[in-house]
Amino acid sequence: MTTPLLEIEKLRVEFSGSAGRRVRAVRDVDLTIYEGETLGLVGESGCGKSTLGRSIIRVTEPTGGAIRYLGHDITRLRGTVFRQTRADLQMVFQDPFGSLNPRRTIGDSIAEPLLRARGATRAEARAAVDDLLDQVGLGREAAGRRPHEFSGGQRQRIGIARALAPSPRFVVADEPVSALDVSIQAQVINLLSDLIRDRGLTMLFISHDLGVVRHIADRIAVMYLGEIIEIASRDDFFAGPAHPYGEALLSSVPALSAAPARERIELTGELPDPADPPPGCTFHTRCRYAVDVCRTEAPALREVADGRQVRCHLPLIPVSALSTASPVKGTS
Amino acid sequence: MSDALLEIKGLRVEFDVPAGRLPAVAGIDLTLGRGEILALVGESGSGKSALSMSLVGLNRGPRAHISGEVLFGGRDLVAAGEKELRDVRGKDIAVVFQDALAALNPTQKVGDQVAEMIRTHRKTTKKAAWARAEELLGEVGIANPRQAARAYPHQLSGGMRQRVMIAIGLANDPSVLIADEPTTALDVTIQAQVLRLLKKLQTEHGTTIVLITHDLGVVAEVADRVAVMYAGRIVEQGTRDEVLFSPQHPYTMALLNSVPRVDGPALDRLPAIAGSPLTGVTRPSGCAFAPRCSFAEDACDSAVPQLLQRYGQSGHLDACLLDEAARRREVAL
Repeated sequence: MTTPLLEIEKLRVEFSGSAGRRVRAVRDVDLTIYEGETLGLVGESGCGKSTLGRSIIRVTEPTGGAIRYLGHDITRLRGTVFRQTRADLQMVFQDPFGSLNPRRTIGDSIAEPLLRARGATRAEARAAVDDLLDQVGLGREAAGRRPHEFSGGQRQRIGIARALAPSPRFVVADEPVSALDVSIQAQVINLLSDLIRDRGLTMLFISHDLGVVRHIADRIAVMYLGEIIEIASRDDFFAGPAHPYGEALLSSVPALSAAPARERIELTGELPDPADPPPGCTFHTRCRYAVDVCRTEAPALREVADGRQVRCHLPLIPVSALSTASPVKGTS
Repeated sequence: MSDALLEIKGLRVEFDVPAGRLPAVAGIDLTLGRGEILALVGESGSGKSALSMSLVGLNRGPRAHISGEVLFGGRDLVAAGEKELRDVRGKDIAVVFQDALAALNPTQKVGDQVAEMIRTHRKTTKKAAWARAEELLGEVGIANPRQAARAYPHQLSGGMRQRVMIAIGLANDPSVLIADEPTTALDVTIQAQVLRLLKKLQTEHGTTIVLITHDLGVVAEVADRVAVMYAGRIVEQGTRDEVLFSPQHPYTMALLNSVPRVDGPALDRLPAIAGSPLTGVTRPSGCAFAPRCSFAEDACDSAVPQLLQRYGQSGHLDACLLDEAARRREVAL
């Protein structure tokens, strides 16, 4: 897991908000996604995690920065070349129903990207659809049925089959199990784990649910107000986040155990307006450790331990690890 | 358990749907103790919302068939007329919904909406009601209640809107608050704030709370007692610790196992429950969970098991006819 599949540099997505305000949903994000890994992207609503996920595969066009796929800049690709590249980069949505044509059979919906982007023949596509439906546990008999005949969990299996049809190398899964009942959620998480393993997929798994992410991701990236504020291995992050926001987020998840409750860190106040982020560290308004420098100077995302990056003046990790620290990426 | 505030006896709620008659609540007996937080847990179609809505007659209509009794303050709310129910709703029993944006009036300032609820049930001046509304918005943890009272719903965040809904619920100091998935649409940091508020209402105001949720973590956080629902029936009931940490019913056990957790061992595979929850009009003749139960035996299909004290402590009830050993067999995943 050391070959970069996607290298994202200073990626920026801006929207025009009301009254001519520019909302920077994604603020100069630097991120490397390695071949074969599942990177969990977490954060609260409005933090920009979906926008970042969509802009990496240009479902939403970035307004600045660069995306390199296998070393090639794909940020400005157009036409046929882009269509072929995009077949490698697919997306699974939270609501698969919204992305399926209600009047077409699901066999036709799954076959479409194969015919269009990969130039498959009808017979090849039909065989591939049968295989995919078997793999996602619906069975090939399902091909002739229409979306409304399926339950929520089954529809998500269809959404997964459709994303996998063109044999992508990279999949962005945006809250794929959030709308499902707990018992169905576990089935779909297991299915995704199997597919990642069997097909050697690289995945960006976006979720607000830290429990779900812990069961599927190898690494965790945390977003706050459009920026990545921490990146760590799964085990390091769940052993103790290095950023105060990560710490508060993890401590807010209700514990389902008879053991005495962990320390609960209450975040006061609300998420600041993304169109008007606070000066200095954008988290300082809610941070219980904030000191003067946090209010004026924006911290850089820097490496504080092996493979661990954090955007904080006072990261929550041992000082010994800090002494070898060096800035890795500039600040915005 | 403390003394009974509300008693549900043999409650059935059925709806006419194109496919036939849907048994949303298929016979429930349940007692709500004064001052407790009772969690109703279940997946989609388990009947948890239909149960709670029928406590205040919110799901009456030409297609609804409601029978049984809901005894509250010497009255039967199932038999009560619409006028009597209107008097109970909001004053004695208040409901807080999941989707605050849909439940609030978009064209009215939130302060007016809280004040209106106060004036529906109490003779008071507009000015006094408005002042009380600001006070309530402060009590539910809104940082700047004077400013929030003058805002329209869309100008507030999701967490703030949910607090406004709770303020409206509390407007007449009800003895029972029914909170239907009150934190499901909220981020975890905001959810933690709202759960703390519910706990505070219980301890400081003695409010009795019925918390409807699918989230077992939320249950662990605030509930005193828990009723687990499946296909319109309660399959297990007991204290929070009994149900969550010594579960008796195979469905409760399986549900607890399938939750992806942030603590404990990180499993390679989650123990999922096969199949889907029952949502159609036809129900099996025996235990509704049997088709998905890894322990099920032939006998499970013959009759619907009653909710009884079987292997748990007193007050810890379950609806599974398997003996204790059979419920805890190791099953290959």
